[in-house]
Amino acid sequence: MNTWSWGYVGDILPDLLKGLWITVQATLYGSLVSFALGLVWALALRSPSRRLTWPVSIVVEFIRNTPLLVQLFFLFFVLPGWGLTFPPLATGVIGLGLHYSTFTAEVYRAGIDGVPAGQWEAATALSLPRRRTWSAVILPQAFRRVVPVLGNYVIAMFKDTPMLAAITVGDMLFQANSISAATFDYMEPITVVGVLFIVISYPTSLLLRALERRLVR
Amino acid sequence: MSADPNLPEETANPAVDGTELIRFDHVTKRFGAHTVLDSLDFTVSSGKHVTLIGPSGSGKTTILRLLMTLLTPDEGTIKVGGDYLTHEEKGGRLVPAGEKHTREVRKNIGMVFQQFNLFPNMKVLRNITEAPVHVLGLGKEAAEERARGLLDLVGLTDHVDKYPTQLSGGQQQRVAIARALAMRPQVLLLDEVTSALDPELVAGVLDVLRDIAHTTDITMLCVTHEMNFARDISDDVLMFDAGRVIESGTPEKIFTEPEHERTREFLSAVL
Repeated sequence: MNTWSWGYVGDILPDLLKGLWITVQATLYGSLVSFALGLVWALALRSPSRRLTWPVSIVVEFIRNTPLLVQLFFLFFVLPGWGLTFPPLATGVIGLGLHYSTFTAEVYRAGIDGVPAGQWEAATALSLPRRRTWSAVILPQAFRRVVPVLGNYVIAMFKDTPMLAAITVGDMLFQANSISAATFDYMEPITVVGVLFIVISYPTSLLLRALERRLVR
Repeated sequence: MSADPNLPEETANPAVDGTELIRFDHVTKRFGAHTVLDSLDFTVSSGKHVTLIGPSGSGKTTILRLLMTLLTPDEGTIKVGGDYLTHEEKGGRLVPAGEKHTREVRKNIGMVFQQFNLFPNMKVLRNITEAPVHVLGLGKEAAEERARGLLDLVGLTDHVDKYPTQLSGGQQQRVAIARALAMRPQVLLLDEVTSALDPELVAGVLDVLRDIAHTTDITMLCVTHEMNFARDISDDVLMFDAGRVIESGTPEKIFTEPEHERTREFLSAVL
């Protein structure tokens, strides 16, 4: 059995931190895509036109009920065959964002449904235009409710980023794997990756809980 | 800010011109198998203050909600200021109104709700200026000036920069009144506006409404359980039962010598 070597940890840390930076970028951009796209789904699914809600709900259910890894492989290996090629990180961001957008859509839906009917009625009584009702009355109130839940999905996405290693994105796990493949020593790289994950995700979840207390009063 | 209770009756409503402002024509509204309004006809003249009384479930609130287009009638038509509210005439035929038409007619109507329904994400001032700016196209300054004037009227000048949740129920309801008035509606609908308030806060809200009733020419349609208030401000009282108006008349007549047995029963229960 190997013994733990701090010297080895010191040697590999710069590469792992480079990977961490990629992981953080993938999470941030992926989150932004999922926040924006999820809102698009949520609003489209509330449209009175069934010609819009039907295809959107099929797409959303399909993406939500198939594994992220399969979707990543599809984006990375299948799309280039149709002439659509993106760099690995961009593919990862699209994959994460698309996959998680089907969950954030559900979060938005719950947030919008949580706005009391009286708010819609007051907006109608004042004849506020539909757009204005959404942008000034409904969504600001819905956002307060959804921010903590969206935060939890960001953490979940953060923990899903190692899947991007499978499509050659140089994230933490990818780096750890490359190092270990060269040194045949897996213990330190994989352990450090785990520690780096918890060092980021646990304080973030504490922060979210504090934010939740502030927002939901 | 409170109205003078000794104001003589003759000067109470200075600008009543008596033209027909609201007309319900054979309006029927059902919820499932339950018929809430049964081929209802009634009219309200411009400038009048009309109070709807009757047991709960008799359809009073439904009338206000139909007028505010929060509900649509199953049968019959509603006219406001001579225009159909939920219908429009196209090629000589009456068809369900488009959103634009309804919006135009509805602009003449304001409503105050039992639960206030202020926008909790906006400060008091913006609650009041939001619609004048985005519906009437009023400039921000003009809208704020109008809002401040109305806050003065409802006695809340010191609270412009607060959020609704920082106010008492009575204060919130007075802001809601100011918000409705900021649109300068011809008709103000009051839906049990004091029912959700603690007893000690009711008087303040009713004083404001009395003041408005006695000093403006706004038409009021009021559902309330406050019979003294109804007697104070009403020109007409309509007694509802089972989706129909069973009796109507001046408050003096309805409250002191009701003709209908159901009216007598109802009044003896609430007075």
